[in-house]
Amino acid sequence: MAKRPAFSNLMKEIRTGKFIFTGELEPTKMYDLSSVIHSAEEMKKTGKIVAANVTDGPQGDAYTCSMVPSYLVQEKVGLEAVWQMTVRDRNRIALFGDVVGGAILGLKNILTLTGDHTALGDNKNARPVYDLDSTQFIELVSKIIDEGTDLEGKEIEGGKIEMNIGCAANPNALPPYLEPEILKVGRKVEAGVDFIQTQTAFDIDEAKVFLKELEKYNVAVLLGLFPLKNYGIAWYFDKYIPGVSVPKDLLGELKTAKKMEDKKARNAKIDQINIDFFEPFIKEIKKTTKAAGIHCMAVHYERLFGPLLKDF
Amino acid sequence: MIITEQKDINDIYEMIKDYNKILIAGCDGCCQPPRSINEAKVLGQLLELKAKTEGRDLKWRAITILRQCDDRIAATTIRPFVEEYEAIVSLACGLGIVMLNKVAEKIITYPAQNSMCGGVQNAGENYFIQYCETCGSCLLGETGGVCPIAGCAKHLNNGPCGGTVEGMCEVGGYTRPCAWIEIWKRLKKFDRLDLFTKYRPPRDYRPATSPAYHLINKPYTNEEEAKEEAKK
Repeated sequence: MAKRPAFSNLMKEIRTGKFIFTGELEPTKMYDLSSVIHSAEEMKKTGKIVAANVTDGPQGDAYTCSMVPSYLVQEKVGLEAVWQMTVRDRNRIALFGDVVGGAILGLKNILTLTGDHTALGDNKNARPVYDLDSTQFIELVSKIIDEGTDLEGKEIEGGKIEMNIGCAANPNALPPYLEPEILKVGRKVEAGVDFIQTQTAFDIDEAKVFLKELEKYNVAVLLGLFPLKNYGIAWYFDKYIPGVSVPKDLLGELKTAKKMEDKKARNAKIDQINIDFFEPFIKEIKKTTKAAGIHCMAVHYERLFGPLLKDF
Repeated sequence: MIITEQKDINDIYEMIKDYNKILIAGCDGCCQPPRSINEAKVLGQLLELKAKTEGRDLKWRAITILRQCDDRIAATTIRPFVEEYEAIVSLACGLGIVMLNKVAEKIITYPAQNSMCGGVQNAGENYFIQYCETCGSCLLGETGGVCPIAGCAKHLNNGPCGGTVEGMCEVGGYTRPCAWIEIWKRLKKFDRLDLFTKYRPPRDYRPATSPAYHLINKPYTNEEEAKEEAKK
């Protein structure tokens, strides 16, 4: 497939060959989005983050939509959004409508996701949709962008939209399950993907193998990392997030830090633990792989971006 | 086999509490676990007990029908009882309930079961498993005989998704196999990973849309086609 133009700043930055960083914002059950906007502002201040992902009902929870916060982050903060959208809750008609609507609002990046199943969420009785799967969703968005039509080839008044498409990949898929993961990503890339943002990685060797495998697709990959703001998050992540295991040493250090009574000293210690773990990690990835950058999912932990990314 | 699960006895009682005389109809068809004469009898006894606790005297008779979904069999079996009873409680799947309401139209037939799925029983396993969802667009020829519609919680045509860990599915807490990993294993075994990597376009959901009317006897003629051609 011919390369799509870089419509977004994110894609433009990736194409310059710079090693770039994206962040993550998570609107939850919110009518008041000020905390999301505040996080975006903090992220913007660091000057290191090119764009911020805005999540769409992670873990299958009923949260405020991702489209409006994506728009507000761009409008109010001036930080480009990577608009996450799952196929869990919308059929192809709603997906089409939302994608074109998002384009009208000026959204330039869309991350196409399957979405955690409704059975995992906080409205477990909901009917899961999955009319399209994420690969078919990529085909739909590609048609809207490249041909200015819906899936049936029906034309959009005003023509093609300008957006770049991302997809996810899981670096925690280890052999023998690495092969189907890589084949699946290839299928998605073929359907029209501009960039990949991976699920979080904690094992440098596994991450390097995974990135090496993805090289053949010749598509920009942002490796996902998840700095751990406190022991509770680390523990939850280790226990409940599919396929992710937090290194025991890192968990142990965070657990020790948790016991410190002085909040300021405790935060400083936790920040240092994260810097000690992730800074060499990022340096190694930058030096030894063809990754286009890092997707740093430090939700509500923007204070780490400055010290962690000072050398990049 | 159509897999069913019995409704809560209180819910069944709630449906029939205004009747004094009911017919309870088992089905000897494909309903699993078996819902035949014995199960009909037990249900009758339970409803009678429940009625007694409320000071009511419920009369009932248990029968069974060879296949409730066959209109002729259902009609001839039920005919002698229709005048005598005020309502029917059927232990068949939904097909049987609708059919009895149709062939015994003077009285209402109530369901004692929830119809769960079309499924199979494997020896040594304590599950009925849904192998087919009768989706109307069979993909089994390109998925190594493993169904990604019935077997995948997200009905993915191009899986697996990010919810699989070491071959298990996020739905059910990683205790059930991911259909797409099973598909990959089968296709790899037969050196047909080309079928795995193949992109499957969005499904046409029309064949699976309700209400469904499927022609039984299609005309043995090409005259219609010739007419259509002529129109063009």
